[in-house]
Amino acid sequence: MGVISQFRNFFGKLFKKKNACIGIYGPPNAGKTTLANRIVKDWKDDESEPVGSVSHIAHETRKAQRHHKLEIESKGSKICLDIVDTPGLATKIDFHDFMKEGMGEKESKQRSKEATEGVIESVKWLDDLDGVILVMDATENPYTQVNVTVIGNMEARKLPLLIVANKIDLPESDPEAIKEAFPQHPFIGISALDGTNMETFYEAIAKQFG
Amino acid sequence: MSDIQLDLVSDAKLSRMGSTEKVRYIIDEVRKGKIMVLEKGLDPMEEAKLIEMTMTEIEEDFFGLEIESYPRDDSGGTFFGKLFKKDAGQQKLTVIGPANQLKTLRKDNSLISTLVSTK
Ligand SMILES: Nc1nc2c(ncn2[C@@H]2O[C@H](COP(=O)(O)OP(=O)(O)OP(=O)(O)O)[C@@H](O)[C@H]2O)c(=O)[nH]1
Ligand SMILES: [Mg+2]
Repeated sequence: MGVISQFRNFFGKLFKKKNACIGIYGPPNAGKTTLANRIVKDWKDDESEPVGSVSHIAHETRKAQRHHKLEIESKGSKICLDIVDTPGLATKIDFHDFMKEGMGEKESKQRSKEATEGVIESVKWLDDLDGVILVMDATENPYTQVNVTVIGNMEARKLPLLIVANKIDLPESDPEAIKEAFPQHPFIGISALDGTNMETFYEAIAKQFG
Repeated sequence: MSDIQLDLVSDAKLSRMGSTEKVRYIIDEVRKGKIMVLEKGLDPMEEAKLIEMTMTEIEEDFFGLEIESYPRDDSGGTFFGKLFKKDAGQQKLTVIGPANQLKTLRKDNSLISTLVSTK
């Protein structure tokens, strides 16, 4: 072994000690928690591992949840990651939207308050990550400020980013529109709900964050 | 009929301000019910700060803001791309307003169409 490769090996081991920490970001309802739960289910044997709650009502996740030490294997290579499921990012939160979903006024205002705190926590997490999985709902228009802001922050920090078009099981989904909107970043279409394309997703993870 | 104030904010005005001052200024103006069009928009860190500060302002009669800008050019591109493309990653025209008055109708990478309503 040459001196240089010995050197590399030494530093490689040194830096590999700390797990890379990857945030799952995106607008409310994109399917971040559904995806995080699936990743945990696929790579954690530990039955007691808590999973996040999923709902069709926006801002279900209002506190970031970190899943530690997931060993993801793809095509013979193995990477160990911490995954953070973050509260959906938004520039507006109107408690009336929750009331329209059948919640009482008091409960709606409380959810709204917690949701604003959740968004702040998500933004703060951007400072402590080694990479981001940006989840978008493929049935929605991808050109939103939230998406532009997350991508811009990763680019400015020179951190790896994987764009995920979720919900491709729905006939009205248009993952290609997402790919066209942000052509400069690696992209994959999946269904976190039924597991379509998860193999390819893990391959992309290993490639981007390994 | 009530009127709506539309401010076209030059880059010269915003670039004189620090990040926090800029974000504060935008939120204060939007809270007065103004629609703002920023010639150059904000950088990504400022956008994050704007989201954060907006959240601390949300209350029963303020639901936050609507903000739309164009995706930046491929600043994540290749080394040579960055080297030769001067405006890569540059900030873009941005429109910001109160969430209850400004609604995005349509948006793609070359057009933002919005609906402005009185309260
Ligand atoms: N059809 C379909 N529905 C999905 C998929 N992934 C998630 N959903 C549904 O989308 C809704 C939102 O899912 P969540 O996982 O709670 O979304 P989230 O991004 O964590 O939302 P917040 O925590 O509120 O930001 C739920 O009703 C899910 O069942 C998918 O791949 N296909
Ligand atoms: Mg969630």
